[in-house]
This record gives sequence, structure tokens and C-alpha cells, in this order.
Amino acid sequence: MFNAFRTIVVRDLLLAMRRRSDVLTTLFFFVIVVSLFPLGIGPELDTLRLIAPGVFWVAALLASMLALEKLFFVDYQDGSLEQMLLAPQPLSILVLGKVLAHWLVTGLPLVLLSPLLGLQYDLPAATIATMMFTLLIGTPALSLIGAIGAALTLGIRGGGVLVSLLVLPLYIPVLIFGAGAVEAEASGLGGAGHLSMLGAILLLAALAAPLATAAALRISAE
Amino acid sequence: MSGRFSLYRFSSPAAFYPLAGTIGKVSTLIAVVLLAIGLYMSFFVAPTDYKQGEGYRIIFIHVPSAWMSMFIYLVMAFWAGIGLVFNTRLSSMMAQALAPTGAIMTFIALWTGAFWGKPMWGTWWVWDARLTSELILFFLYIGFIALQGAIDDTRRADRAGAVLLLVGVVNIPIIYFSVKWWNTLHQGATVSVTQGSSMSTIMLQAMLIMTFAFWAYTIAVAMFRVRSIILEREKDTRWVSELPEVRR
Repeated sequence: MFNAFRTIVVRDLLLAMRRRSDVLTTLFFFVIVVSLFPLGIGPELDTLRLIAPGVFWVAALLASMLALEKLFFVDYQDGSLEQMLLAPQPLSILVLGKVLAHWLVTGLPLVLLSPLLGLQYDLPAATIATMMFTLLIGTPALSLIGAIGAALTLGIRGGGVLVSLLVLPLYIPVLIFGAGAVEAEASGLGGAGHLSMLGAILLLAALAAPLATAAALRISAE
Repeated sequence: MSGRFSLYRFSSPAAFYPLAGTIGKVSTLIAVVLLAIGLYMSFFVAPTDYKQGEGYRIIFIHVPSAWMSMFIYLVMAFWAGIGLVFNTRLSSMMAQALAPTGAIMTFIALWTGAFWGKPMWGTWWVWDARLTSELILFFLYIGFIALQGAIDDTRRADRAGAVLLLVGVVNIPIIYFSVKWWNTLHQGATVSVTQGSSMSTIMLQAMLIMTFAFWAYTIAVAMFRVRSIILEREKDTRWVSELPEVRR
């Protein structure tokens, strides 16, 4: 079982490395959205510092959502998804592997790049560290929850817009606790409570989301 | 088991179709009567509130629709779960038939809430925990309807919708508590929706009657809608072609 998991992760990472532009698209989408806000709101650093956690998190939400389209679609098209459905290993384990690989490719670069963007918003180092940490535990939860939506809309016309409608409401708790932790830490309240909740959401998503995704995949591929 | 009357008989669309018509007609009657009594009570019998004046009367619409909006989602999730487990076609049709009414109830609750908020709080919208979670509930309904609409294969649409509903049900408490916590942390709204139970008995009675009226209305509309869905999906079967209303 663990072998299958590892094989899926390695395979998906290899596939992603062969098509690097997909990875960069998500990353640059995140960068562009974050950079647009100062242009729309104005360059006052006091305001920017105030809105930074929200802007970063909403941008991360959107970037993660946009990347979902590619999660199962290629496998669905070339038929390898059907092989995964037929595999003796539990489908939820394979799904977990795919989601992990997907997050390593689309979520992790975003986390690593966020300090640089944080400097643009004139955030102090401590806040940037908290932000990075919340993104580090928050974005995997986003990928896990989003996988359900991606599986449900597999191969449907207009699936891209539809997935946003399905997934964004479910993202709200992650947004609240992610942005909330940064804000609470910045205002000196201490974000430990928020971080614990974010971790709890991640654990719950890691447990339940692969099962729901597997069920959805079976429905979509039958 | 032969010959014994069984409720399971009605899990067949053909058997349920006439029953749905009867339930729908009876519920319509109940809804009209209760609505007449409820509206009369809420406009003429219930006393004017000493603090809020006449404007408070909007809660006789607002509260029932808010209750129904949450209740319908649970009922939909129940039917969706049944449909997913037992593979009964009718259960999924019920979930689909309830969705538009649920969305409308959510919308009415939000809309009347805004009308109530303007004179009472001086603003159309407050980012209060209840308002925000009701808004998110509205998004969940729209997502379900959109997903069902986008999939042409009915079997897949039913089952995909069911998974979405069940995921939504698991998420609703999480969303509600996160929004609540977010709201208290921001301490934006200085007003609270909670009025306490200082409501007079007559007001409470009027509100309960209105709730039952909304309930009966929901059942009636869902039954008529499920009849249409049955006709649409079973249009190639023999029993549909033999129906008098189809033959005409």
C-alpha cells in the first residue's frame, strides 16, 4: 500500500517536472493577484500591512482552486485514472498520493515565495514567519478539500467555473483561521488557537477528503 | 411478503407519482389555510413591539424561512444519503426537487433580514455570524443546483450531487463555528440578532403557524416538482405514456 502511494507521488512529480510551465502558471497567478491589490487600493504601507493576511490568503485560495483542474484531468483523459480505479490498493490512498504530489508542485512553491511578497507589503519578519507557517499547514488542506470538487466535476463542460462554485464555500474555514492566525499574531493576541484549528482542519481533511474524493471519482468515471 | 401493504412500494416512481399528487394537493390546502391564519395573526392580532414598533413584523416571514432554509438542506442530505446507499432513484429526485425551494428560502431569509436590519440596526448588512453562515448556505445550494444542471447523465448527476450534499453537511458546523469565532474576534457587529425569549406568546404562536405554513408550502412545491422530474426521467416508460394527463 505504501509502495503504491510512493509510486503515485513519484510518478506525478515526474510528470509535473516534464511540464514545468503548468507549475509556474499557478505560482505566477498567485504573484500577480497579490501584486494587483496595492495597485487597486493605493500604495500606503499602513493599509497594505493591514490587509496583507487577507490578500495573501484569498490569493492562495484562488491559486489553489485554479490548479485543481489539472489534478485528475490528464489521468482521466489518457485512461490511467481507470487503471487506478481498478488497482487492488484502496483508491483513497492513491488519491492521497496524487493530492500530496499536487500540493508539492502547486502549493509548496507558493508558500516558499510568500516571504518575498510579504516584504512588498512591508510586513515585519515575525508576521512573515507566521504567514508562511499558516500557508504551510493551510494549503494542503485546500488541496485536499479541493480534490473533492475536482473529482466531482471531472469531464463536465464548464467544469472550471463550476469547481469554484463548489469548492470556495468549503474553503471558508481555512481562510478564516489562516488569515486570522496572521492577524492575531500581528496584533499581539497570539495565534496559537487559530493555528490549532487550522491543524485540526488539515487532519480532518486528510482523513475524510480522500474517501469522499475516491467516491466522487468512482461516480465520475463510471 | 406478497399482498402485504408496504411503504417501500412508494420508492418506485410509478407508485409514488399519484401519491405525490395527493400529498401536494393536501399540502397546498394546508399551506393556504395556515398562511391565511398566520398572516392575519402576524399583522392584526400580534401586538406592536414596544421597542421595534411595527417593523418587527417582518420576522414572521424571516424566521420561518431561515429555519426552513437550514432544515431543507438537512432533508436533502438525508435523501441524498439514502439514494447513494440504497441506489433508489426516487430519493435523488427528492433531493433535486427540494433544492430550488431551499435556495429560495435562504434568499428570502437574507432579503427580509436586510429589510429588518435597515430600520433596526441602521444598515442593510452586518457581517454577523448568522448572516454570514446563511449567505454561505446560499452558496452551497447554488453549488448543488449548478452541479446537477451541468451533468447530463442523470445517474451521475444524482450521485455527484449526493456526495456534494454530504460533504456540505459535514462542513456546515465547521463553517458555522469558524464564522462565529471570526465574528467575535473582529467584534464588528455591536448588535446581536438574538432577541432572547422575551417574545409574547401570541407572537410566538403566529411565528409557529407561519413556520408550519412554510413547511406545508415546501412539501407541496417539492411534491409537484418531483412529479415533473419523474415525468421527465421516465418519459420513455409505458406507465407514463398511459397516464391520462400525458395522453391528452
